[in-house]
Order: sequence, then structure tokens, then C-alpha cells
Amino acid sequence: MATETMDASRSKTRNPFTGAEADAVSVRAEALSKKFGALSVLRNVSFEVTPGEIFVIMGPSGSGKSVLLRQIAGLDTPTSGKVAVDNLDPSLEETRDRVRLALVFQEGALFNSLSVYDNLALYPREHRSGDEKAIREKVMHALKILSVEKSAGQFPSELSGGMKKRVAIARALVMEPQLLLYDEPTSELDPVMAATISEIIATLKQEYSVTSMVVTHDRSLALTISNRVGILMAGKLVTVCTPDDLRKSQDPRIVDFLNPKIDIEHPRFKGLETKDDP
Amino acid sequence: MKQITSVLEGTGSTVLLLLRSLSFVGTLPRQWARFIEQCYLIGYTTLPIVAILSFFLGTVLALEAGYSMQDFGAKEFIGSLVGLAMARELGPMMTSVLLAGRVGSAITAELASMTVYHEVDALTTMNIPPAKILVLPRLAAVVVMMPVLIIIANITGWFGGSVVARYTSYIGISSESYFAALRHYTKFKDVMNGAAKAEVFGFVVVLVCCNIGLNTRGGPREIGAAVTRAVVLSLILILILDYFVTKVLL
Repeated sequence: MATETMDASRSKTRNPFTGAEADAVSVRAEALSKKFGALSVLRNVSFEVTPGEIFVIMGPSGSGKSVLLRQIAGLDTPTSGKVAVDNLDPSLEETRDRVRLALVFQEGALFNSLSVYDNLALYPREHRSGDEKAIREKVMHALKILSVEKSAGQFPSELSGGMKKRVAIARALVMEPQLLLYDEPTSELDPVMAATISEIIATLKQEYSVTSMVVTHDRSLALTISNRVGILMAGKLVTVCTPDDLRKSQDPRIVDFLNPKIDIEHPRFKGLETKDDP
Repeated sequence: MKQITSVLEGTGSTVLLLLRSLSFVGTLPRQWARFIEQCYLIGYTTLPIVAILSFFLGTVLALEAGYSMQDFGAKEFIGSLVGLAMARELGPMMTSVLLAGRVGSAITAELASMTVYHEVDALTTMNIPPAKILVLPRLAAVVVMMPVLIIIANITGWFGGSVVARYTSYIGISSESYFAALRHYTKFKDVMNGAAKAEVFGFVVVLVCCNIGLNTRGGPREIGAAVTRAVVLSLILILILDYFVTKVLL
């Protein structure tokens, strides 16, 4: 029944290169748990991302956000529970044949031995999507969307952190994704670059309606670009709501997380005074 | 028990990687550039060190053989001893040991760093199997380049032996006599057996190093540990396989 409802309301993604429309995909996690030995990283996590939506998972460091994203990308399998992308198991190769899923890694994960151009051209070349001329047009178009076309001949080691992130997003875009996953897209960036990346994510969603999932602990990114936000704490999804509801939330855990206060009288800060102080 | 499980896991994952790589053999023509690049790395860049090592291996063999044989007047057989030893055993084994140390370590370091820094994960999400573009071209390249390396190793080793045999005062046999004995006792089959051994060793070294690289978990420290593990395991496997392959080929 739920599937039927979802299919009926299904939105379309627009291909950034051809303009062709395709069905946007959904993501569903049901009672998802992941353990590494005795350590329980995800505990009974359930949520649903509707087609064309930007769903943001927020949480403090070590709360299991990246592990959750790896389950959705099919890079890891859950200990128990189920994750489905367009009702298919994402860890299967057949699913990746049917659903184009792109993951923008936290550090970019660009291929260091390839130039920026070849990083982007790898996917269309391997999947034989067009001749070299068509691939060149597609790659340059993606680089242009992210304003990094001048770096086409450079190698990843020659790029700044922000440029690497942009190239990583461009590489994801070349895949013409139906589902775009971002792992901490604004981490280690200065506020200006972080704002630029947020803008890019929002624009990609607006222009192409790609279902997107963003994992971040960047409060302003989450509240600016998301349709809905999930808060993950110690492996548990404590709430899923709209950004407005999140701002109004009275839940002390969420209030503390969104507005952290540093207690300088806390015992952990004792003894940090400098000896030179008069 | 844990060690047994780890050995079985390693064996299983290596066999699976081999089968997975072989399932993409049909894509090799489209991977021509990667194949040539690996041939260059495995063959061309290893060639000078193989030639130098084999030359001195030949010289030492001739030196030791001449010293031992001079007492019972068998110096004219030095050529046959160097010829057979290089072709059947030392050429393939020492070349494979060099391959493990030079190429195997580089392969593991590269693939381990790609794994640790999520480049392999990126390939997986792009639906590009690592076995296809990272492993298969290397396996194909080692199959093609190993015989070339063995031929060079044999020739330089034989030549090194002839130089020592000619110019060492207590040996002093002419190059003609040396090569006549070498040709008489070293058959084409011996050279081919050596090449077959080298093929097996080289293939196993590259496969094992690829598998260890792709299964590296953790951070940069584990890359170093993976390289050490890959080289040590390769050397052990070369020696173990040497016995069994020799037994089969005899």
C-alpha cells in the first residue's frame, strides 16, 4: 500500500545533460541496525526518503551518520533490518545497474592517478555512454555547472579542499544520478566555500529534482537546504521533521545539539590556564 | 583457530578475486591502455634490476662452480651448470622474488591506499568492478611480461657466467667451450620449464598482492602493514610453489 502511494506521487528527475526526465527514486530503511563486533553503531533506524526530496541526517560526530550512508550506498550490509533503494537492495550489482546512485565522499575520493577530466570521464567511458566527443561535452558541462572547468587538466593533489568537493560533485553529476548521497559535504571548508557547496546542492535539487540524502553536522547547511531532517544520536534516529519544526523543537537533546553551550567551569577545562597569566 | 580462519578467508577471497577478474577477460581489448601501462610497470621498469641481478647470479655460480670443480677436472661443465641452474631454477625464482619485492609491494601499496582513501568504494558506487580495471590488467600484464623477464634473466646470467669463466685465473675456459657445454646440456625444454614456473610465480604474486591491497582496512598505518604482509606471503608462496611446480615439471 505504501509503495503504491509512493509510486503515485512519484516525481521526475531531469537529466542535467539531455533534459530527459526519469523517475526519481525513494529510499527506505526499516529497523536498520549495524554492529561492529560488540559495538552497536546503528540501532533500529527507520525512515523513508520520498522521490525528489532532500533528506538531511544530522548528528554529532560518531553518531553513525556515515555508516548509515554506506548502508544506503550498498557499500556495507546491515547486521539486521533492511535498506531499500527504489525497493531494491542497494548492495546488489543488479540494483546499481538499474538505479544510478552516486555518493560524494567526505574527502572527495577522487582517483589520484587521474586528472580531473579523466576522473569525470571514467564512468561514461566504462559504461560506454557515448563516443569520446559526447563524453567530453558531458564532462565539460558538469565541470562548468560546478565552476571548475579550468581545473580539467589538473590532478586531485593540486586542488584545494573546496575544489576537490566540487569536482567530486561534478563526478557524481556525470553519472546522471537518480539518487545523490553526500557525506559531510561542507566539512573542513571555510564558511564561504561551505555556503557555495550548500548553494550547489540546493540548485542541483531545484534544477534536476534528484533525490538527495545529506549527512552532516553542519547546522546551517541542514536547515537551509533540507525538506526534512533526521537527527541521529548514538546510533538512534531521535526525530524526523521539517527544518521549521526542528528550530521550534523543545527536546533538550535537540536544543543542546543545535545550540551548544560551552561550560568553561566544567572539570575537563580545569588546569588549562596559562602559567604566564599575572 | 583464528589463524586458520584467517588463512581460509584469505584463500577464499583470493580465489573469488581471480574468478571475478577472469569473468571480465572479454573487456581486455577495451582496457588496452591500462594493460600497456601495467606491462610498462611490471616489465620495462623491472628489466634493469632483473638483468643486473641475473648477471651477478651467473658470475657467482661460475665462480663457485669453478672453485669446486677445479679439483676433479670438470671445469668444462661450468657452462652446463650455469645454463641449467639459471634456466630451470635461479632465473625464475630470483625474478619472481624481485617481482614480489618491487612490483608486488607497489601494487599492494597502491591498491591499499585506494581502498583506505575510499577510491575503491567510489568505483563500487560507480558500478565499475575493481576486479575489472584494477586487477585484470595487472594479471594480463604479468602473464605477458614474465617470459620476457625470464629470457633476459637467463641470457644475462649465462653471459655473466661466461665472463667469469673466461677471466678468472683458476678457471680460464674460453667462451666457446663455455657456451658449447651450455648448449649441449641446456635444452629448450629446460628454458620453457623455467618460463612456466615464472608464469605461475608471477601470476600468484600479483594476485595475492592485489587481494591484500583491496582488503586493507583502517588507516595509513595499515597500508605499510599490508605491503609487508603481501611481500612476505608472496615470498613464502614462491618457495612452496617452487617445490610443487618443479615436481610436476620434472
